[in-house]
Amino acid sequence: MTALLDLSGLTKTYPGVVANDGVSFSIAAGEIHALLGENGAGKSTLVKMIYGLVSPDSGTMRLSGASYTPQDPRAARASGVAMVFQHFSLFEALSVAENVGLGMENPPKLRDLSQRIREVSEAYGLPLDPARRVGDLSAGERQRVEIVRCLLQDPRLLIMDEPTSVLTPQEVDILFTTLRQLAKEGTAILYISHKLEEIRTLCDAATILRGGKVVGDCNPREVSAAELAERMVGTALVAPKASKALTGEEILRVEALSLPPASQFGTPLRDISLSLRAGEVLGIGGVAGNGQDELLGALSGERVSAAQCVFLEGQDVSRLGPRARRKAGLLAAPEERLGHAAAPDMSLTENAAMTAAARKGLLWRGFVDWAGAKGFAQDVIAAFDVRTPGPGVAARALSGGNLQKFVIGREVLQDPKVLVVNQPTWGVDASAAAAIRQALLDLAADGAGVIVISQDLDELLEISDRFAALNEGRLGAPVPTADLTIEQIGLMLGGAHDMERVHV
Amino acid sequence: MIRLERRPTSSKAWGAASPLLAVALTMVAGGLMFAALGKDPFLAIRTIFWDPIFGEFAWYFRGQLLVKAAPLILIAVGLALGFRAGIWNIGAEGQYIIGAICGAAAGLVFYPAETRLIFPMMVVFGALGGFLWAMIPALLKVRFGTNEILVSLMLVYVAENILASAAVSWLRNPDAVGFPGSRNLSQWPAAANLELIEGTGAHWGVMAAVVAVIFAQVMLTRHLIGFQIRLTGAAPRAARFAGVRPARLVVLCLGVAGALAGMAGLFEVAGPAGQISIDFASGYGFTAIIVAFLGRLNPLGIVAAGLLMALTYVGGDNAAGNLGIPGAAISAFQGMLLFFLLAVDVLTNFRVRIGARKVAPFSGGPG
Repeated sequence: MTALLDLSGLTKTYPGVVANDGVSFSIAAGEIHALLGENGAGKSTLVKMIYGLVSPDSGTMRLSGASYTPQDPRAARASGVAMVFQHFSLFEALSVAENVGLGMENPPKLRDLSQRIREVSEAYGLPLDPARRVGDLSAGERQRVEIVRCLLQDPRLLIMDEPTSVLTPQEVDILFTTLRQLAKEGTAILYISHKLEEIRTLCDAATILRGGKVVGDCNPREVSAAELAERMVGTALVAPKASKALTGEEILRVEALSLPPASQFGTPLRDISLSLRAGEVLGIGGVAGNGQDELLGALSGERVSAAQCVFLEGQDVSRLGPRARRKAGLLAAPEERLGHAAAPDMSLTENAAMTAAARKGLLWRGFVDWAGAKGFAQDVIAAFDVRTPGPGVAARALSGGNLQKFVIGREVLQDPKVLVVNQPTWGVDASAAAAIRQALLDLAADGAGVIVISQDLDELLEISDRFAALNEGRLGAPVPTADLTIEQIGLMLGGAHDMERVHV
Repeated sequence: MIRLERRPTSSKAWGAASPLLAVALTMVAGGLMFAALGKDPFLAIRTIFWDPIFGEFAWYFRGQLLVKAAPLILIAVGLALGFRAGIWNIGAEGQYIIGAICGAAAGLVFYPAETRLIFPMMVVFGALGGFLWAMIPALLKVRFGTNEILVSLMLVYVAENILASAAVSWLRNPDAVGFPGSRNLSQWPAAANLELIEGTGAHWGVMAAVVAVIFAQVMLTRHLIGFQIRLTGAAPRAARFAGVRPARLVVLCLGVAGALAGMAGLFEVAGPAGQISIDFASGYGFTAIIVAFLGRLNPLGIVAAGLLMALTYVGGDNAAGNLGIPGAAISAFQGMLLFFLLAVDVLTNFRVRIGARKVAPFSGGPG
């Protein structure tokens, strides 16, 4: 097989870290090639170099045998390299076709473009209506927009960064069919994911990065997921274990909670009821954009509901704001790390005080005890193995996984009665994810109630006692997790109505 | 090739050094401009920056320095609180004018009584006037979601018209002839804002500015409210998650800024200006916006920035008078200061890479 893209000795240094150190491997045309590694292993930097966002300090890249040195993403796209990012860059208020057109150098007329979008999307089994507003699309459909946008450029190499984190199992199957079809037509695919089982079903080859270096190449079909994980992390992984707690008294009760959407593109909460016992982990699954953020906001107190909707230990806390709810013991960790769970430009000390000031006794007549806050930040850093030079560092300087450990640790160490987390391990590497899940289980074992909202179904099956699906702002009845399979969950998520659209 | 690379954590050293570098660059560029105008650049810079403090007539200028700096600092400290939280009160000039009118009117009700209580009462009414004027944009924003930039700015023009009507009609000195204006408060001992230390220009407004700076500094660095202000400016969504109530913060920040601006107006009308007149508004409320940013929205920085800005005013007048440098050139010089400050500011958050190493700007995406 001739190599389509050949990387040789790529090195990229940032102040203080060698992000990539002599990385070499090659991808053949028509190959689905997995790029594996923990957070901070250098996957993002490597991909950015291939996509022209970052230039390597040394090393060479060859595309179809010719020297390849993209100065910017535009040059990369012109050479036939396309990328679908983990975070979508779409304008919600614009239509699908307008969004696609905005990303093109010389967009054709909107009508011709719409026609092309329809053709391409149907040819690849990703039906899309070019006239629909992106704001009305589900996360899976938004991803289709990004993929179709790439396909319109006839890429020779398609890079996909964590594409399945926002999809239901059924949508994942559809995506894989599309990718296999593309590969058959000769497109090379560089596939980045934490989900090892996916890689084993989809990919022909895998390159494993650790600490910026290539530590191995393998055929993922011939290696077990556990072995892949060990090579990625460098040590054997211990799966989180629940020390089966006897679930206790009801600690949180939500009764008929309804909230109108906060914004034009928000999801309303419709008649949500749930009951959480002390020592229990309740998993709430759902495809992105079905009310997860809104549910977390309604429980954290960011959005206050009508009275008699949210009860903590029998007390009505529905009308209380976030500070009062925290004081009462109801804590939360939202999905968006930078900007919501943490202030990017503030230090870890300040971010620690942000939610912990009252509960950790860091306030005296309204004055903040900064020495105490620093101590608490250090406790979180130590207890959750947050890799950072110290508590004075700005939150945005931390990698996603480390910041996530900090954000979860900050709440866990406040000894909550109820902790609500949304996407606790999103974009976090395997070992950090295991640590976070273990912390949540330990918290429940100590008698707290934990609600885990997540799109990662494996995670929910692994740690939750009961599972409920959130679909268009409605919460289904919880079912004991032990009785469930992934397929059943997929159907519970209301994947069914999505499926119809797919088969049109 | 020069490229900018975002720093992971903003540089403290550059944060402190950039205002100094900006002043130095202003001197260089300003010197070139003065030279192009046919003036001796060294003499011009000396006249602006050196003579007012150490020159022959420094005894006069030094007093002027504090007189000009005090209102700037007092207003800028209040504005900085709001700016830190992303609340853009552009109408301090209006709050300053209304504060002066309210304070003066409250005092003049008792004219010609002689009691020490009158001046403190005037200060309270000055603050109250500014506060209430600032509550208009605050409450409109909280209740109806209006834009506080537009509303507060428009209210400056309303205030200017109220000032004109006060000067020519309802506050006009009934005993005076000639140019219309109120009674002279600085010549009425009960209401005069006196110079506290002779020859320094230090009147009660200077004291108030010192207190306000200390108060604001402690609040921003130590108190929960200050933390909430900074948090709201840095990450509004995180602030709401932390339990900050945005509406309350809008009212607080606009209220404090309004009260301080109103006080500044009262100290000015009862002291250096002496009376309510049509041309009482001197632009302190707008210049204070520059001072707030020049001082990096930091109360201590604002003290330095206020003094520096006052120096360019006093020294600029001096240079205009003695060297015949046109007023427009002085204004351009002051503009350069702000321009260079903003330009140098980039260094705080970015580092410059020069030369062969081609480094594309770090772009977003998952780390």
